[in-house]
Amino acid sequence: MAALGFLLPVLLLGGWQVIAVTGIVPAYRLPSPTSVFLAGVDLAERGQLGQFVGISVQRVLIGFVAGATIGLVLGSLVGLSRVASAALAPTIGAFRAVPSLAWVPLLILYLGINEDSKVTLIAIGALFPVYTTVAGALRHVDPHLVELGRAYGLTRLQLLQQVQLPAVVPSIVSGLRLALAQSWLFLVAAELIAASMGLGFLLSDSANNGRLDRTFLAIVLLAVLGKTSDALIGLLERYLLKRWT
Amino acid sequence: MTSPAAISSTSAAALSVTLDDIGRTFPGATRADAPRRVLREVSLEIAAGEIVALIGASGSGKSTLLRQVGGLDAPDAGSVLIGGSALTGADQRCAVAFQEPRLLPWRSIEANVDLGLPHGIPRAERKARVAELLALVQLTDAAQLRPRQISGGMAQRASLARALARGPGVLLLDEPFGALDALTRLTMQDLLLDIHAAEPATILFVTHDVDEALYLADRVVLLGVEPGYANNSGAVIRSVITVPGARPRDRGNSSLAHLRGELLEGLGVSTHHPAHTF
Repeated sequence: MAALGFLLPVLLLGGWQVIAVTGIVPAYRLPSPTSVFLAGVDLAERGQLGQFVGISVQRVLIGFVAGATIGLVLGSLVGLSRVASAALAPTIGAFRAVPSLAWVPLLILYLGINEDSKVTLIAIGALFPVYTTVAGALRHVDPHLVELGRAYGLTRLQLLQQVQLPAVVPSIVSGLRLALAQSWLFLVAAELIAASMGLGFLLSDSANNGRLDRTFLAIVLLAVLGKTSDALIGLLERYLLKRWT
Repeated sequence: MTSPAAISSTSAAALSVTLDDIGRTFPGATRADAPRRVLREVSLEIAAGEIVALIGASGSGKSTLLRQVGGLDAPDAGSVLIGGSALTGADQRCAVAFQEPRLLPWRSIEANVDLGLPHGIPRAERKARVAELLALVQLTDAAQLRPRQISGGMAQRASLARALARGPGVLLLDEPFGALDALTRLTMQDLLLDIHAAEPATILFVTHDVDEALYLADRVVLLGVEPGYANNSGAVIRSVITVPGARPRDRGNSSLAHLRGELLEGLGVSTHHPAHTF
């Protein structure tokens, strides 16, 4: 059954090749799969492909880990403590309401056009999905189980470790999954706006130079990387769900 | 079953319970709602090792009273003494088995029972004690299973084992067998009596089932609103019935029939009998 998922990509690839080779759409508008592949080989030989993929993956990972960690901490605070919720939730909600790309000019002004500003933008993108899901899930942990913990003399910290966190593990993972997708989104945004390396840069640079084969290459690579990282988190999710439910 | 001696070595002595003029009023759901008084002037002395059943109509404050004894909720009038000393928060001398089993779904049955053990016991001893308790409630084979893999009756037994793990002076049971089928329920009642014989904790339990109360308890306490009072004036102890006969009692004992009628009447259930003369 799993093989069925590969059927459509193969058909798409075949259709694409046919359309490109027969010249229904001219090559300057739609490069053939073969030329996209060759563009990839060419970039790899120049050593740029590995470098671009590497730097993009690195940015996503650092930004995702930083944003998810902050989101986890803020979400736990707001979800567990009524005081923290009353004090923080409205402000965090207001920041969340700002479309994240609106921060770009400020980030560039304050941090400059470098790794910091890109990673920060990705972290902002990853932060909110984790924050929202964790805070919501902790607020809705079965009150029966919390009372049980209290009845059996668990301290606040033990209650958190033994009851509340395990109860929200599935929500945390789905929050992480959303956050990872957001991270790739913001990576491309950051690299499109100002970068000299990375897949987003490859995307804009090649489009500007009419190298549509490289543009397609960047899109295909983003799809593959995004899908792979999502599948990895999916594996983690399956393991955790088995362990925690 | 298991040798009673092995279990009793782990348990604390049974403790007495004193309820002195307990009152509990809950604020209304919104500011416009009137406060709801659930309990009023409830006083009761329970001797160490005694089994007492709390019965009453739905909403008569049975569970609320039980929660006052366990320290899960604090009365706004009166006081609770366990073994002669005041309650300290969620009191660790009591153990509660709730109406729902409340097992942690991500832990094995064994690990769930372990949660009930007092803190600061060495690992090897914990393991041995959990195994003993699982044997007592006949769950040895289910030790490694998760709560979702076992039946409702097994989950209730696991919840009971967890409460016993505390080695409680007072065992508080909130409709412990309410969700079980009739046959399992009878088995569980006998199991509870076996446990009580093995480690004679004081047991206070809530039930809807008059027969269950008469089969298990030394005394049955009927909670309810006094006739002529408004519903939110708070429940009081309407009557306390001492059940005659030593346990285990004959389930078909006809001498309990009149008590049964009396209790049902107290619950507001018509017994469809000609007026009794006691």
